[in-house]
Amino acid sequence: MKSLKGLFSGDARQFSMLFALVALILFFQIATGGKVLTSSNMINLINGNSYVLILAIGMVMVIVVGHIDLSVGSVAAVVGIIVALAMRDWSFPWWAGLLLGLAVGAVIGAWQGWWVAYVGVPGFISTLAGMMFFRGLNQYIGKSNSIPVPDQFETLGGGFLPEWGPNTGMNNSTLLLGVLAVAYIVYREFQLRKRAKRVDSQPASWTVVIVRSAVIIAVIVYATYLYGTGRVGTSFPIPGVLLAVLVIGYTILTQRTVFGRHVYAVGGNKSAAALSGVSTKRTYFFVMMNMSVLAALAGMVFIGRSTASGPFDGTNWELDAIAAVFIGGAAVSGGIGTVGGSIIGGFVMATLNNGLQLMGVGSDRTQMIKGLVLLLAVAFDVYSKQQGKPSITGYLVNGLKRQFNVTPVEPAVVPAGVGNEAVTDAPAVGAAPVTATTHPTGDARTEREDK
Amino acid sequence: MATTHVKLEMRHITKEFPGVKALDDVTLTVRAGEIHAICGENGAGKSTLMKVLSGVYPHGTYAGDIVLDGEIVEFKDLKASERAGIVIIHQELALIPELSVTENIFLGNEVVSKGLIDWDLARAKTKELLARVGLEVNPNTAIKNLGVGQQQLIEIAKALSKDVKLLILDEPTSALNEDDSENLLELLKGLRAKGLTSIMISHKLNEISEIADAVTIIRDGQTVERLDVADAPVDEDRIIRGMVGRALESRYPDHTPHIGETFFEVRDWVVEDPTIPGRLLCKNSSFSVKRGEIVGFAGVMGAGRTELARSIFGRSFGVFRSGRLFLNGKEIHLPTVESAIAAGLAYVPEDRKTHGLNLLDTIRKTIVSADLPKIVRNGLLDEDEELRASEQYRQALRIKTPTVNEGVSKLSGGNQQKVVLAKWMFTEPELLILDEPTRGIDVGAKYEIYTLIQQLADAGKGVVVISSELPELLGMCDRIYTVCEGRITGEVLREDATQESLMRLMTTTTAAA
Repeated sequence: MKSLKGLFSGDARQFSMLFALVALILFFQIATGGKVLTSSNMINLINGNSYVLILAIGMVMVIVVGHIDLSVGSVAAVVGIIVALAMRDWSFPWWAGLLLGLAVGAVIGAWQGWWVAYVGVPGFISTLAGMMFFRGLNQYIGKSNSIPVPDQFETLGGGFLPEWGPNTGMNNSTLLLGVLAVAYIVYREFQLRKRAKRVDSQPASWTVVIVRSAVIIAVIVYATYLYGTGRVGTSFPIPGVLLAVLVIGYTILTQRTVFGRHVYAVGGNKSAAALSGVSTKRTYFFVMMNMSVLAALAGMVFIGRSTASGPFDGTNWELDAIAAVFIGGAAVSGGIGTVGGSIIGGFVMATLNNGLQLMGVGSDRTQMIKGLVLLLAVAFDVYSKQQGKPSITGYLVNGLKRQFNVTPVEPAVVPAGVGNEAVTDAPAVGAAPVTATTHPTGDARTEREDK
Repeated sequence: MATTHVKLEMRHITKEFPGVKALDDVTLTVRAGEIHAICGENGAGKSTLMKVLSGVYPHGTYAGDIVLDGEIVEFKDLKASERAGIVIIHQELALIPELSVTENIFLGNEVVSKGLIDWDLARAKTKELLARVGLEVNPNTAIKNLGVGQQQLIEIAKALSKDVKLLILDEPTSALNEDDSENLLELLKGLRAKGLTSIMISHKLNEISEIADAVTIIRDGQTVERLDVADAPVDEDRIIRGMVGRALESRYPDHTPHIGETFFEVRDWVVEDPTIPGRLLCKNSSFSVKRGEIVGFAGVMGAGRTELARSIFGRSFGVFRSGRLFLNGKEIHLPTVESAIAAGLAYVPEDRKTHGLNLLDTIRKTIVSADLPKIVRNGLLDEDEELRASEQYRQALRIKTPTVNEGVSKLSGGNQQKVVLAKWMFTEPELLILDEPTRGIDVGAKYEIYTLIQQLADAGKGVVVISSELPELLGMCDRIYTVCEGRITGEVLREDATQESLMRLMTTTTAAA
């Protein structure tokens, strides 16, 4: 292992943002004299941001595929009003309202997806149109009034898990979630080892495994404690559970399915994807459609939390979601970005909001700070890429390495003089006469002559 | 012509990047009024050297001295080197398609009087410059309406407008057809006669031996030798010997074909241009491929070879009008790329960076990308299987990389091409169509690609090779079709083919009998 980064496999940018997020939370915890890490504040943090985070999940896919969706706030609002009306005036039960909302989201998504994929109107334009149209539609349907939603729906936006079982001094549902999460972390480590053996590569050393798991488990245990020991009747909030399910589901969808690969392929190089048998139109269509379904869900979570659907619901949500995605490491040109990163990006913004508010900073200055954070986070990324220097992660990690003098615990997988290796152990494919001229490592980076 | 005045000397240039020494004590001496060629494999350091010379890597970021006309110069950027009369023309032309010839020539160097652009004067100057490069076009024509060859001449006119003293050309003919290349080389000779000094980087060794007065060979960031035409004639073999360190016995591997029966057939294929209705890109084209056979397609650029291949490959280009496809005697319909891949076709595009690769991806993901369903287990992609498959192809194709988790953008051209080949071999195709499979890659990698092509043929596949290099077709193919203006004009067996006979067929506009 060359750096601390190896402890957490995965995207470097994601890791750096996770680092920043932890630092931010600790900073505000100290600056506010301990007001941040309390169970009621953490419940607020989740409930007050879950809808933007749900949007960020869909938005990162839209941005990866090379478009943008400006209509999500308006779509959330129009779905909210339709669902609220259906439940109040047509006496839909809550679950039918929920299904109706998702269906309306899918129809709106199909409409927008059709313009983007099959007519070829860029997402920016077609969803700008959608932003105006659906905002108007919300106000037209609701006659610019607020419409209340039934109690069961409020559970969706701000409810808690039930109390049951023996008295453990904690909310048992939360405790169960915590235990499951810890069990999964342990299971995953064993899976990783098993796979490493199967594919004949070096598994991570036990030190790495234990340190890595210990850090993650400590965070889970602390969160479980925090959420489990709140005011009686509270637990890890339901929107948080919903969000966790979505994050896991969409991480699998984007990373481990054919559709997910197609999203990245189309965003990375559209014509290469098309020549590899990927239907770019189908990919655009479903990504846009999926975004509107998630917007519908976000809209319903929001009306549940605010107990009514109003004419200005969802204003500027699209901008918050887009900001979260870019802070989370996505590229404006498409092809790069992850669900996990975007969620972390969303939490960075949410923590800033929350912490500054607790410090008594007004919304004027909070907005200024958030704007600068977005600008600097992306600027740093751009600058690092231009300079060929390590990203934030690199700096953080290298700095840490020097301070704590982390000793390499894993043999370097990459020998210094690479290239030859590939030549010497190559099997049958005919003997090329020119084996003497292996290039130095990374020559392609310093010199690209063959465009 | 043979003056003793030294125009440029680069002394002991060393340039390091983090972790790699791109140039190591390189010395280059260019006499005034000569055409000086720089040769070396991809990654040898040619472009880096030119970037040092032109100030892209400013003074201070490298060690060593640049001496221009006897004085040490220290360029801090590209502008500074241009002021000293050094102009570099890159492989990818830096012209703006929507702007006119005049606007492009004076871009960044506008003819200004009293704070406004004097377009009349600019146009007059443009006419003069166009005459100097022997190009007859209207200065108001938009660049996008000119051919690549003409655009290259515009670049040179632009350089002349900057009062160039030392012209650097990076692969000037790589995108040109034979005629345009010849034209360009003639122009360079003409400019030489008028005293212009040029440095030319090229992979086309025949061109170098034709026009260069001296050749500097670079290998692995070091100067290997400087050959002077005045001392001894410099031919292609001599240059290759310097580039690879020893003589290359043969540029094409020996191969005895094992040709089976015809299994793929195209009949009366007609395709229309997607943007110009009525213009046909393929005119009643018919051809066939046998198992174990390597079939070549010769033609000048724009003859319609790529269009033919891509329209067969799931109608991925042009508007299909009529024609029939037969695979193993049965008629097949391939309306989408997906269906073409499923039927066992593979198409490796001519431009790997724009059509062949997602440069953001890793080698591992790229190799499996054309046949993802193959690695799906229980609805999810099996990452073990992906790793195993990509590792297998890395070894079999000798892709030079530390691991398959490396990004494809970090690979050299030859290795990128191998990744694209691996991606298509992974789909286990019956018929592989390779469009310019060795463009822009070095001699050693070419040989490896040729070997791979032969192995695929020996495994009973049909291979179609589209190439603009006639020697390559003659060296590799068992049978060659010639294409001219969308029509197949000839079919020649390898034994009967010569460069001259192919060239004649490539330029006849009548259909083959």
